[in-house]
Amino acid sequence: MKSVVKQEVLALNGDEAVAYAAKQSDVDVVAAYPITPQTIIVERFSEYVANGEVETQFVCTESEHSALTACLAASVTGARAFTASASAGLALMHEMLFVTSGCRAPVVMAIANRALSAPLNIHGDHSDTMAQRDSGWIQIYVENAQEAYDSVIQAFKIAENPEVLLPAIVGLDGFTLSHTLENVHVLPDDVVRKFIGVRQFITVINHEGKAVPFRLDPENPTTMGPIALPNYYFEFKRQQEEAMRNALKVISQVNDEYAEISGRKYGDGLLEPYHIGDAEIGIVCLGSTAGTVKSVVDELRAKGVKAGLLRMRTFRPFPVKGVVEALENVKAIAVMDRSMSFGGNGGPVFQEVRNALYDSQKRPQIVNYIYGLGGRDTNPTQIHGIFKDLQRIIEKGRVENLVNFVGLRE
Amino acid sequence: MTQKEKGWKEISPAGVCWKPSTQFLTGDWKTYTPVRDPAKCTRCLLCVIFCPDGAIRWKPEANDIEFDLNFCKGCGICANECPTKAIEMKLE
Repeated sequence: MKSVVKQEVLALNGDEAVAYAAKQSDVDVVAAYPITPQTIIVERFSEYVANGEVETQFVCTESEHSALTACLAASVTGARAFTASASAGLALMHEMLFVTSGCRAPVVMAIANRALSAPLNIHGDHSDTMAQRDSGWIQIYVENAQEAYDSVIQAFKIAENPEVLLPAIVGLDGFTLSHTLENVHVLPDDVVRKFIGVRQFITVINHEGKAVPFRLDPENPTTMGPIALPNYYFEFKRQQEEAMRNALKVISQVNDEYAEISGRKYGDGLLEPYHIGDAEIGIVCLGSTAGTVKSVVDELRAKGVKAGLLRMRTFRPFPVKGVVEALENVKAIAVMDRSMSFGGNGGPVFQEVRNALYDSQKRPQIVNYIYGLGGRDTNPTQIHGIFKDLQRIIEKGRVENLVNFVGLRE
Repeated sequence: MTQKEKGWKEISPAGVCWKPSTQFLTGDWKTYTPVRDPAKCTRCLLCVIFCPDGAIRWKPEANDIEFDLNFCKGCGICANECPTKAIEMKLE
């Protein structure tokens, strides 16, 4: 990697790392509403605006619904738009999440993942983004502040790719990442700007039969997303599904291209394997918990135990092929979910990982652990406990409790 | 769904309209049809201004108005606003 550029090291928490990445990404419009634990992102960004460090139009809205609406409106005119939210804020955006993805507007949004009320809780879990998994947004979950910085930059390039044109969420665990200071390597401004480039527009046929750029422009009028009745709505949804499938490839490409300039790579961009290749027992998880699992894997490996981790970086689109390839030779797998699907057969990550493995001839044993809700700490002892459970499952040859709760008092 | 409808690979994304909305005839939604008495009508054109669908047009060459029933939804605003009560809403 001789093209890796020299980078400055800054002490940033996850939120500040996100704001710094947005600052370097030549964003035209930021419309936002504050909510813990995301607030630092838009606070920092508003300072950049006030200091004249960016040329961004900063819009203070009266709600998250309006914030995303403003970003969508800016994005369809061809602007690069960014916002950030969490928890109830994301929930209030629910309607506009679908409008944004349906309008194929490549808005990028950072989510400092937080629990949902009631009871009120400001701490980290994945309930907010998991509740929006079917809204047509790409979802990337990061492990640390460095990856939060890197992923925001990548998200613009992924979202704006003409084969994708989908909005993207970068999720960072509330407080664990959003408020924790780390050393973050940052690229020079011009390198980031060049890496993302300027927005390119596909050509569409407008109502006058003219080929025009796909954006709202008074010189070349188009109408997008007004109405589609039963004879066309379905076709537009199928296009969004195709865009998600294309995103699998584009996320990997962007991960590779980013590695060339930064020297940092997150697996294939979709999944990050950690000693999973020859593992007998393996954990699948998202976000910052992967750091804890990696250290436990190291301890177990030092004792000769074949433990491994598959960190799911991209949850939407779901990397089915990669999941099967990485996991089908593992004897017993624990999938960790930091959210509940009340009444479902396990958490959302578990349901999809288990589903993906159904077609594998090898069908490993698989078990679900719900953990860390409302910011409940998840420590190495608990991870050791999960790996011990997996060893017992191999000995017994069966899973006794499909869905388990880690760190919960009886 | 007729054979003429396009497939998902043929259409532009995001519901971009590939034909003007005037090709989408919405007049068949209505239950009531405006019927005007030309003798009472003074051509004041208030109905033209008030019609929310632009379905009443002024035809200068004929010195008269024309209802475009391809787009009239039968809302009756024209009849309500008409100062000479020249428009009656008739059940279709």
